[in-house]
Amino acid sequence: MKRRELLATSAAALGLAAVGTGARAQSPLKVGFVYIGPPGDFGYTYGHDQARLAAQEHFGSAVETSYVENVPEGPDAERIMTQMALSGADMIVATSFGYGPSLNAVAQRFPNIAFEHATGYLQEAPNVSLFSARFYEGRAVIGTIAGRMTTSNKIGYIASFPIPEVIRGINAAYIHAKKVNPDVELSVVWVFSWFDPAQEAAAAQALIEQGCDIIMQHTDSTAPLSVAQERGALTFGQASDMTQFAPDVHLTAIIDNWAPYYIERIQAKLDGTWAAENVWLGIGAGEVAFAPFNDRIPAEVQEEANALIEAIGSGAYHPFTGPLNKQDGSAWLAEGEIADDGTLLGMSFYVEGITGEIPG
Amino acid sequence: MLRLEKRPSPSKLWNYATPVVAVLLTMIAGGILFMALGKNPFEAIKLIFWDPLFSEQFASYSRPQLLIKAGPLILIAVGLSVGFRAGIWNIGAEGQYIIGALCAAAVALAFYPAESWLVFPLMIIAGAAGGWAWAMVPAILKTRFNTNEILVSLLMVYIAEKLLAAAATGFMRNPQGSGFPGSRNIHNYASASNQELIANTGMHWGVVAALIAVIFTYVLLQRHILGFHVQLAGQAPRAARFAGVAPARLVLMCLGLSGAFAGMAGMFEVAGPARLITIDFNAGYGFTAIIVAFLGRLHPVGIVLAGLLLALTYIGGELAQFMLNLPAAAIQVFQGMLLFFLLALDVLSNYRVRLSFPSRSSEVV
Repeated sequence: MKRRELLATSAAALGLAAVGTGARAQSPLKVGFVYIGPPGDFGYTYGHDQARLAAQEHFGSAVETSYVENVPEGPDAERIMTQMALSGADMIVATSFGYGPSLNAVAQRFPNIAFEHATGYLQEAPNVSLFSARFYEGRAVIGTIAGRMTTSNKIGYIASFPIPEVIRGINAAYIHAKKVNPDVELSVVWVFSWFDPAQEAAAAQALIEQGCDIIMQHTDSTAPLSVAQERGALTFGQASDMTQFAPDVHLTAIIDNWAPYYIERIQAKLDGTWAAENVWLGIGAGEVAFAPFNDRIPAEVQEEANALIEAIGSGAYHPFTGPLNKQDGSAWLAEGEIADDGTLLGMSFYVEGITGEIPG
Repeated sequence: MLRLEKRPSPSKLWNYATPVVAVLLTMIAGGILFMALGKNPFEAIKLIFWDPLFSEQFASYSRPQLLIKAGPLILIAVGLSVGFRAGIWNIGAEGQYIIGALCAAAVALAFYPAESWLVFPLMIIAGAAGGWAWAMVPAILKTRFNTNEILVSLLMVYIAEKLLAAAATGFMRNPQGSGFPGSRNIHNYASASNQELIANTGMHWGVVAALIAVIFTYVLLQRHILGFHVQLAGQAPRAARFAGVAPARLVLMCLGLSGAFAGMAGMFEVAGPARLITIDFNAGYGFTAIIVAFLGRLHPVGIVLAGLLLALTYIGGELAQFMLNLPAAAIQVFQGMLLFFLLALDVLSNYRVRLSFPSRSSEVV
């Protein structure tokens, strides 16, 4: 209790200092980013850092951004966020769901700071805002391309952790591959890591050995792409355009485009209109985008993919539209029924046709 | 030419002087590094070493954090140091730390939401027992089948990590966590919570346990026959055998002790600063503790100082990262330099540096 009070008073003192200097409007708005990985991963953290740089460029000297990379979830994250708060940050952005308990604890102590939490689910303070992207929309598109392009009818999927986000992606990819190619089979390998080049490469090797000629990944390193390039399997980039790591076999990539969101939220903070929200944006808002299609994709498949992107973006089509059954054969969505966000956010089951079990 | 001459006994003066010289050298070399990165070296060094302790803005928060960060490092390192002195290499403290946390969390979650004063002590016992049991695997394999405890204890870390991932995503998953991995927030469960004992000091039960462990180990090594056996086995294994030291018992004792300490560290962490079991719960404390043990010259008091110093570079390094936009790699290089200079300068306490001239010495030969 006492500690909380002391921190609250120091926070208040900082606030007073801000008022005291009067002409604070001149000093830049400080935004601190807490990254789960290194910006050089060319994947998830790279995407966030590109958006940070875009926001920095957009606002120029009105905003000052800083970041700490490779921050482990838990006490280290809590300490770093607190120190950022003490250093006078006005907004703190944290990029992994695992920061949730720490972020909420810090947010309660610093009520005047805006907290933006990517892919989280905990909102225990009024100054905690949640945001995420509907990456499953992108998975539906690359699933369609994979279904059309596979010749062995075996698609390999490198999965990180059995959490709803990842399971949703597997289901979306499978449903849409199956739609265009009823013979398609999906093999999932769980590597229990977001970023482990060695394990991801080993998983890609194993899947190719099993006869998969297309590799998808929900992990952040470029290692599986290098393996695919070497072995001649087709593949997709993760979170950013990874063409340079597999120029011949990189078909496209789902690109995380956080910049519009960051710019909007920082603007709101500058204007004093920032309020906590819980948003889940997709292709329509430009948050999920695609790398240029590889020439290897036949024109008619490119057309089909573009039409799907268009349909999802405009809201005409939802990737989880019935009829769909769960893996055990029980009914999930009736003809024409669309999955609600609640079910999607907590998704912990495979759809019918996927073999294997979700670990845990 | 520079020549090293072995001292008959380590120099007392250099023993105390090397850490200071090493820190100074790190500041100079690190300053050059930061300058090359286009940052003000004095500001960076001040942020790392001075601001966490004395700045008005940060110190009231970061000083207690020093204890929170150093606590588990010291507790684990002290346990490891006993084995290291005897030449028994437990490299798997990270795994024992994880299992200790898992066992303690299991106790807490089994009792949840019942409130009882019994829960916390039971968790400590479970944590220690879990770490001990995990360390017994390499210990028994070594004593029975003469396997290498370095390899076995290290490989057990990877098994523990898989168990941790399975627990966070499976059998310990919070039923109210919307399908996300991670257990219930144990820190928010009053009976199991490892709270600060005195507000705003960072002093929690884990830090207390670390201090008790330091005193216990000091007494063990200095005053107890077991401590004598440990030293003897490390310095003269054959003599130790003649003196009646049973090597198997020593292996079981050393691995068991370090495992129990590491398990306890995991328990205090999961119930305190870490708040809950997550996939990435282990933040490398078990491995960093090996560095702390050697940095502290395997001496309990040295380990306390080494743990605090390392914690300072972590906390100060984070400050430097976001205040100056320094990359994490630069901070890691800086920490690496500190370790390098500390260990490299050890040569001065064991050797005398002599200048000699090749021409003359060749005449002599």
